[in-house]
Amino acid sequence: MTKGKVKGIISNLVIVEVDAPVAQNEIAYINLDGVKLMAEVIKVEGKNVYIQVFESTRGLKVGMEVDFQGHMLEAMLGPGLLEKKLDGLSHDLDKMEGVFLKRGQYTPSLDEKRLWKFKPIAKAGDKVSAASWLGEVDENYQPHKIMVPFTMTEEYTVKSVISEGEYTVYQTIAIIVDKNGKEHEINMVQKWPVKVPMTHYKEKPRPYRLLETGVRSIDTLNPIVEGGTGFIPGAFGTGKTVLQHAISKQAEADIVVIAACGERANEVVEIFTEFPELEDPHTGRKLIERTIIVANTSNMPVAAREASVYTAMTIGEYYRAMGLKVLLMADSTSRWAQALREMSNRMEELPGPDAFPMDISAIISNFYGRAGHVKLNNGHEGSITFIGTVSPAGGNLKEPVTENTKKVARCFYALEQDRADRKRYPAINPIESYSKYLEYPEFEEFISKEISEDWTSKVNDMKTRLLRGKEISEQINILGDDGVPTEYHITFWKSELIDFVILQQDAFDDIDAVTPIERQKYILDMVIDICRTDFQFDNFTDAADYFKEMINICRQMNYSEFKSDKFNAHRAELDKLIKTKHQEN
Amino acid sequence: MAKAFQKIYTQITQITKATCSVKATNVGYDELATVEGRLAQVVKIIDDEVTLQIFEGTEGIPTNAEVIFLGKAPSLKVSDQLAGRFFNAYGNPIDGGPIPEGEERQIGGPSVNPVRRKQPSELIATGISGIDLNNTLVTGQKIPFFADPDQPFNQVMATVALRAKADKIILGGMGMTNDDYLYYKNVFSNAGALDRIIIFMNTTEDPAVERLLVPDMALTAAEYFAVDKNEKVLVLLSDMTSYSDALAIVSNRMDQIPSKDSMPGSLYSDLAKIYEKAAQFPDGGSITIIAVTTLSGGDITHAVPDNTGYITEGQLFLRHDTTIGKVIVDPFRSLSRLKQLVQGKKTREDHPQVMNAAVRLYADAANARTKLENGFDLTDYDQRALDFAKDYSEYLLAIDVNLDTVEMLDTTWGLFSKHFRPQEVNMRMELVERYWKK
Repeated sequence: MTKGKVKGIISNLVIVEVDAPVAQNEIAYINLDGVKLMAEVIKVEGKNVYIQVFESTRGLKVGMEVDFQGHMLEAMLGPGLLEKKLDGLSHDLDKMEGVFLKRGQYTPSLDEKRLWKFKPIAKAGDKVSAASWLGEVDENYQPHKIMVPFTMTEEYTVKSVISEGEYTVYQTIAIIVDKNGKEHEINMVQKWPVKVPMTHYKEKPRPYRLLETGVRSIDTLNPIVEGGTGFIPGAFGTGKTVLQHAISKQAEADIVVIAACGERANEVVEIFTEFPELEDPHTGRKLIERTIIVANTSNMPVAAREASVYTAMTIGEYYRAMGLKVLLMADSTSRWAQALREMSNRMEELPGPDAFPMDISAIISNFYGRAGHVKLNNGHEGSITFIGTVSPAGGNLKEPVTENTKKVARCFYALEQDRADRKRYPAINPIESYSKYLEYPEFEEFISKEISEDWTSKVNDMKTRLLRGKEISEQINILGDDGVPTEYHITFWKSELIDFVILQQDAFDDIDAVTPIERQKYILDMVIDICRTDFQFDNFTDAADYFKEMINICRQMNYSEFKSDKFNAHRAELDKLIKTKHQEN
Repeated sequence: MAKAFQKIYTQITQITKATCSVKATNVGYDELATVEGRLAQVVKIIDDEVTLQIFEGTEGIPTNAEVIFLGKAPSLKVSDQLAGRFFNAYGNPIDGGPIPEGEERQIGGPSVNPVRRKQPSELIATGISGIDLNNTLVTGQKIPFFADPDQPFNQVMATVALRAKADKIILGGMGMTNDDYLYYKNVFSNAGALDRIIIFMNTTEDPAVERLLVPDMALTAAEYFAVDKNEKVLVLLSDMTSYSDALAIVSNRMDQIPSKDSMPGSLYSDLAKIYEKAAQFPDGGSITIIAVTTLSGGDITHAVPDNTGYITEGQLFLRHDTTIGKVIVDPFRSLSRLKQLVQGKKTREDHPQVMNAAVRLYADAANARTKLENGFDLTDYDQRALDFAKDYSEYLLAIDVNLDTVEMLDTTWGLFSKHFRPQEVNMRMELVERYWKK
């Protein structure tokens, strides 16, 4: 392996002199009086290699030795990743000692001694290649496939697969033979360079299946699909984190990977504390059992922040290759972009817009491009749905990270300060947000079959009414309540009804927090029926009082268990109220 | 200051306003040095050329200055003797007392492993209902006041600190005026709280770059009491905008490309490193940080408040309410992100809904006021909302209110029934039935 010596230090950028080959993005360890500091090559200039250190460089001196590793940053993959809390470089945080993080603690993400119940899938004589399924183990009730390592590029023939039984991750479970007759022993562990996409699938068709999140302003208004991409930009205090947590708790996915990238440590602690207690609304098992957390909080080393999102994506791709539905959440991609900016700045590169590196748009689009719904080579399907949050500086959406993300993500959930100030949560702006999937004929076909034929037309009707309501509210602001006809007030209040009953949702109420899709259909039908009903009022104050009462009843319904006695009683009350003002023609 | 075995370097190769470079070997990154007796820190090493940032500035430094490397990063001696003492940014006493003894610890140490943190769950009662009712604070939280320089944030911070029942209160002053420093000193000593106070002070009279050491000094002391002694520590940092200005000065003098508002590109990480020291530790100790970020003309999109907002767990805004002529805690822009960990759990069940309903009605009043200002007629509801808003400001939001949370909730229910009908407050029926004042 190539060795070098430290020549210069500027914060976490270290210049190393070498006289043997090194590769861009190669991993190196600096020996600081016996403590190994992990680093990555980011630039080479003659004999000088620039490396970014994933740790604090305090005490580092010129002349200290550096060992290059001959490979890029890799994630260790295998059974046992679920429930793990990893740092950005995929080291197990639970295995580290002490209350404080010490430099140079690189703990493996997998447990060497744990036994897994293995069942063979492939048999002797089968032709296999990278990512072919050889067998499976039960990992928290998920069929975790043991696959031919993704780094093996040839065609192989299976010589033997071990029989059903309990094995550890490093025991050989299969022997495969390449075309030269060389035997390869396969165990359950494999490594993959995180910055390289895993493309071991047949095709990547357009996604179409609804990914249910239980959040009405997403599922009903701007749905995201399995294998889709979305992003949530929002100034601080607009409820980004609450929304993101709600999605990761409630989404109907097999595996949830959360990349806490440069955000608050207490938010990760909230996940650590709550997920082992909360139940997955779809399976009834504990949420933590399907979750993997990659945590590089804002006070953890900056250079590892960039790595953390790639680590999370690689873990997602690994589970997708097993034919599973993966949801990947990254909070926040802006912090990742800022980490790139800090490094680019230290390397004295010419800056792009807002001092971000020039290639920021390519980096973002390549990353979003790794998500998607795929058909595997064996005919099974898997998906990675990716939702990233963006923290725009000053809440201004005209900044490079937001703009470049908007070009690639298909769903846009704009969090609005004004809605948040008025406590209309989730503060997703219903007018500016969109889901491109609503326009996909594949999605339309799916939704008419699975939910109802008139679903999309009702959703579009609702969107039009929201827009009309907003226009009227602006007119009222200019002309005054008396300045517009009473019918305008009625239209306005109908849009308020949609806002209060469908869009607003109490993430901290046990019942209201999650709305299953059947219930969303019920609510949408109910609200649209009311909106399409003609009402007659003498003046606008009567209309306001009437609709406020109606909204109050509908909200009581949202707080009640679906189709319980209480729920039905409120519904009867609502029907009675509608009769009093319904204009019969 | 030089000890017998220390090597003295005198080959200065470059001097700028804040830094100087010297030819030297075997120097560690971040290490402290003295240049003509002034304290300095290593910020860059290329081969044998070491760049030092001189905290006091480089005025009068000659090219043959004596540079002595101290072989350690900035550090603080920690022990119980810190209690009741006042220090400067270097951790040297400014109260005339002796230098405290204790274990020497490097400041700006490593961060807490997130899996070792506990979820904050203990309410900090301040008696100010704009905080306790709407933006409840929790131990282990970090939250700043976003305030214009003329607002009374120092008074509110001092009140909060004294009522918060903390075992230790550590004040880190950065660019604080001498008058404000004396104010804190008086308030704390009048309250008989001096034995649990520790102050690290950089006033406007001290060199600006020195203040970069203050938060790390304060937090190293805080970690000693919270981790070693399992105490509840409250850290007050005022003012983080002055701290950021010092960061910008240094980054500018090191020829770094500035990002938004002339601030260094690393501002987010720099601030996060400080604020994330707030934590609830596994053995019962905690560090809570209440800071001040002064705004210029109320602009929260400026890089300092903006980055701060993304780091801290909420923010508190003060506002002068002209309808009652008092300063209130603004219910719209203020937010405590950890409030749901205690509201309705450590406080009465109706707390979350009462808070939301009151703020929503207050927003209705704001709309009504806009109508009024635009010359439109008000409806009966608008008028009632305005009356409610006035009472709400007077009896709850004003910073001179001192109530416990049950009294705050009862007062709010009283205002609801005085001004509204039950269906207008949009709350869960069971709560209305139980608490509505008939």
